[in-house]
Amino acid sequence: MTAELSAHGLRVEFTTRTGRVARALDGVDLRVRSGEVVALVGESGSGKTTLARALIGLARPVAGEVRWNGSRLDRSARALKALRRQVQLVLQDPSGALNPRQTVYESVAEGLRVHRLVSGSDKTEAELVAAALASAGLRPPESLFLRYPHELSGGQRQRVLIAGALAVQPQLLIADEPVSSLDASIRGEILALLLRLREELGLGVLVVTHDLGLAWNIADRIAVMYLGRVVESGPTEEVLTAPQHPYTQALLSVVPEIEELEPVVLRGEIPDPTRIPAGCRFHPRCPALASGEAEEVAESCRTVPLSVLSGEPDGHRSACHLVSAREGAVPASSTETEEVAP
Amino acid sequence: MSDASLLAIRDLHVTYATGDGPLPAVRGVDLTVERGQIVGVAGESGCGKSTLASTILRLQPSNATVSGTVLFDGRDVLTMRWGELRAVRWAGASIVFQGALHSLNPVHRIGDQISEPLRIHNPSLADRASRQRVGELLDQVGLDPQRARSYPHQLSGGQKQRVMIAMALACDPELVVADEPTTALDVMVQAQVLNVLSTLVRERGVGMMMISHDLSVLADLCDRITVMYAGRVVEEGPARRIFVEPLHPYSAALSAAFPRVGDPAARFAPSGLPGDPPQPWLLPGGCTFAPRCPRAAEVCLPAEPPLTSYGEERSAACVRIGEPDAPSVEPASGHVS
Amino acid sequence: MTDLAAPRLSARHLARQRRLASYRRTWRAFRRHRSGVAGLAILLVFVLVALAAPLLASSDGLDVTLANGPVLGAPSSHYWLGTDDNGRSVLTLLIWGSRISLLVGLSATVISMVIGTLMGLVSGYFGGWIGRITFRVTEWMLVIPFLPLAIGLATVLGPGLFNIIIVIGVTSWPSTALLIRSQTLSIKERAYVERAEAIGGGRWHQMGRHVLPNVMPMVFANTTLTVAGAILTETTLSFLGLGDPTRTSWGSMLDSAYQVGAITTGSWWFVIPPGICVVLVVLAFTLIGQALEEVLNPRLRARR
Repeated sequence: MTAELSAHGLRVEFTTRTGRVARALDGVDLRVRSGEVVALVGESGSGKTTLARALIGLARPVAGEVRWNGSRLDRSARALKALRRQVQLVLQDPSGALNPRQTVYESVAEGLRVHRLVSGSDKTEAELVAAALASAGLRPPESLFLRYPHELSGGQRQRVLIAGALAVQPQLLIADEPVSSLDASIRGEILALLLRLREELGLGVLVVTHDLGLAWNIADRIAVMYLGRVVESGPTEEVLTAPQHPYTQALLSVVPEIEELEPVVLRGEIPDPTRIPAGCRFHPRCPALASGEAEEVAESCRTVPLSVLSGEPDGHRSACHLVSAREGAVPASSTETEEVAP
Repeated sequence: MSDASLLAIRDLHVTYATGDGPLPAVRGVDLTVERGQIVGVAGESGCGKSTLASTILRLQPSNATVSGTVLFDGRDVLTMRWGELRAVRWAGASIVFQGALHSLNPVHRIGDQISEPLRIHNPSLADRASRQRVGELLDQVGLDPQRARSYPHQLSGGQKQRVMIAMALACDPELVVADEPTTALDVMVQAQVLNVLSTLVRERGVGMMMISHDLSVLADLCDRITVMYAGRVVEEGPARRIFVEPLHPYSAALSAAFPRVGDPAARFAPSGLPGDPPQPWLLPGGCTFAPRCPRAAEVCLPAEPPLTSYGEERSAACVRIGEPDAPSVEPASGHVS
Repeated sequence: MTDLAAPRLSARHLARQRRLASYRRTWRAFRRHRSGVAGLAILLVFVLVALAAPLLASSDGLDVTLANGPVLGAPSSHYWLGTDDNGRSVLTLLIWGSRISLLVGLSATVISMVIGTLMGLVSGYFGGWIGRITFRVTEWMLVIPFLPLAIGLATVLGPGLFNIIIVIGVTSWPSTALLIRSQTLSIKERAYVERAEAIGGGRWHQMGRHVLPNVMPMVFANTTLTVAGAILTETTLSFLGLGDPTRTSWGSMLDSAYQVGAITTGSWWFVIPPGICVVLVVLAFTLIGQALEEVLNPRLRARR
């Protein structure tokens, strides 16, 4: 059976200290199924971590919904617990995400205890913990049982976190920046581990990252986020070799290894989510608009908001007036109705 | 100015005295930085690259024993008198440390923090002059001079990193040492910061030593790269060539860790290096990289291979170079010390 | 934080060794604080005396009807610290009094710690109305003048050893609660608490497994300081005549010394020894508490 976790028009807001409302997610459709690796790419402030948290119920949406295997997730403690049995989140910071007073054994066994999985299994808790550690590539597992987090290397901590998530035998794994704090040599090992888990266990993986090279390494599909929206999505090969959206093109051009592209370094940073620009949210920084390349659609870029990009896993789509104009299509291939500008 | 290299490190050894016995962090490193040149130092955490950086200004911890020479503009930093060392630290060289983002004082405006070294250095400096200088510095690193009135919490990570660079430039140094200046930053912000750094080097002719574990960033920015492993230099040469056709298997592993987007060989094939770097107090005999090396053989075990030159200003410390399935480079004569 | 289900394969044994090693590390760090060690030594002497009271002095010495010493007799070779107004040996009273003082101090502290930790955890961990109400109650209790409250409560409940313990316990918890609350606020933001939530652990799981174990060291250090306060309060209440009249404590000794005008008659031996004992025990607990706080609070310590 394939499991499927999806977001539909998901919108998450925060109130800042000054009382303004920041819209961290502004309508996102996304779909992840078991057996596939999806990369969610974006800069900090793009809302990618908020989306990961909202998918597992850690952030409460103000509109839209999360669906698990097609049925809407309600926010009762019971439903959330049931979801978290099937979908596991591996947090960003491996040194902060392990309780300093718990041994590796206790950290990995935590999920088993919370979901009472030992009594329903013919193995002992120690065997299940050992199996989880081994499948995360920590061998021999027994030698790590009684270590404390501060006695481990960064790569080992990341593996322990992954082992803790694998212990409950989930169907999907959400990994938030799984390698950003790790050394170059460990990086490949962790990524290979994610791929192997997909091969061996049929696991689906949503990997949240700012690293396009990582997406190229392991992802089947990719979704690029900008300021609370997915602006381009599609199969990794297509998105990364023939990007449509000017933002994706700029991101790709500054990846250090790519020589053939002239680097397009955008000025400034992602705007404050309390003040999302009107029209296309990327237009104030858009290199295509600035260079006059998008002259013909400039008016729409500044005033006409784009619709939410569909989360259907087929095809390559992008939310850009210029792309739509060139294709001669209606802006962004979406079935959703036009939304009102904030 | 003398015609000596801006920075010349020769046979540097740094050993820490610890409770577990002596811990050799740097074991015989040679490195040269010329004016207007960016030299990259690549390696994993624990390879000694940060120790190397702090030793340049004699900032190493007190339990460290140092031998060898660190010539800054021809004068040995390790033996110079205090007054002279102070002058070097003031105006000669400055370091942007790793994790320096957190070293900004949260209760002072960033303008005051940038001008602090200026005012200590020159107490008679007028307020207006110091404000103007801060504005210039912020402008140089691509920040609005109005930002001088902000507090650190009002800045994003990339902006703080630029403030750190502005602080390092405040006293017009001839050498800037940057330890992982972009590690915590997004690709776009990283590109912005790297642009600022390379512009500074090209326009003002300062020398720069840049430390990172990301070989792709170094390859993009640097003129030359030195790859370190377990306290030693294992490969040295022109930046692009080291990234594209590394000689040493360790450089090859670092290079492969960051795939070229669009390279079919890297699709669904992330490449890593098994194992952890050796503990400095438990170095394996022979080649220290051999336990993790995909090409290790019998010949690697007897002794640590010396850094050997391979033509065109390249050198590497591996006995298996040139043997079957190695990158085809003609071994040149002689040893580099 | 006991490992209920440590892996079998002799790992339980190893876990115990590791815990022992960590205790030993703490002990080594504690030993470096000379004042803390001094406090511990003083405390040990008092505890030994309290435990060995029946061996050191017969309990008959407390009985007024069996007393045969002089009234307010000065120290002599027979009565080392003189006698009280009933002709009992002050030394005997002092030895037996230490039992009551320590008992009241420790038991009241346990009550105060349990209430304080619970209130602090709940008000720090839960947002919304639960957190607000518990925090308001804590603040309230903190601003009510302590002694009048304790006197009022003691009067209502009536004299008695158990009641004294209750009175001190339920009036002294707010400062502990505030401390635990601030710790809880900082710990609940840690990534490992979020991880526990993402794994599927409920609030009680997060609180019991992650927040509580990480605030326990603070609770522990705070306990010793609270004991000192509780002993002092017991002395105060007994001095004010609100103690248990049937038992001798250092406070009740001071009370009777005051009643019979021991100071005006110059019977210093009835006033000074219990006073010194109170000061010493309070000092001992304070010294230990300060040292422990430094050892266990990572912010005051430059390790790791």
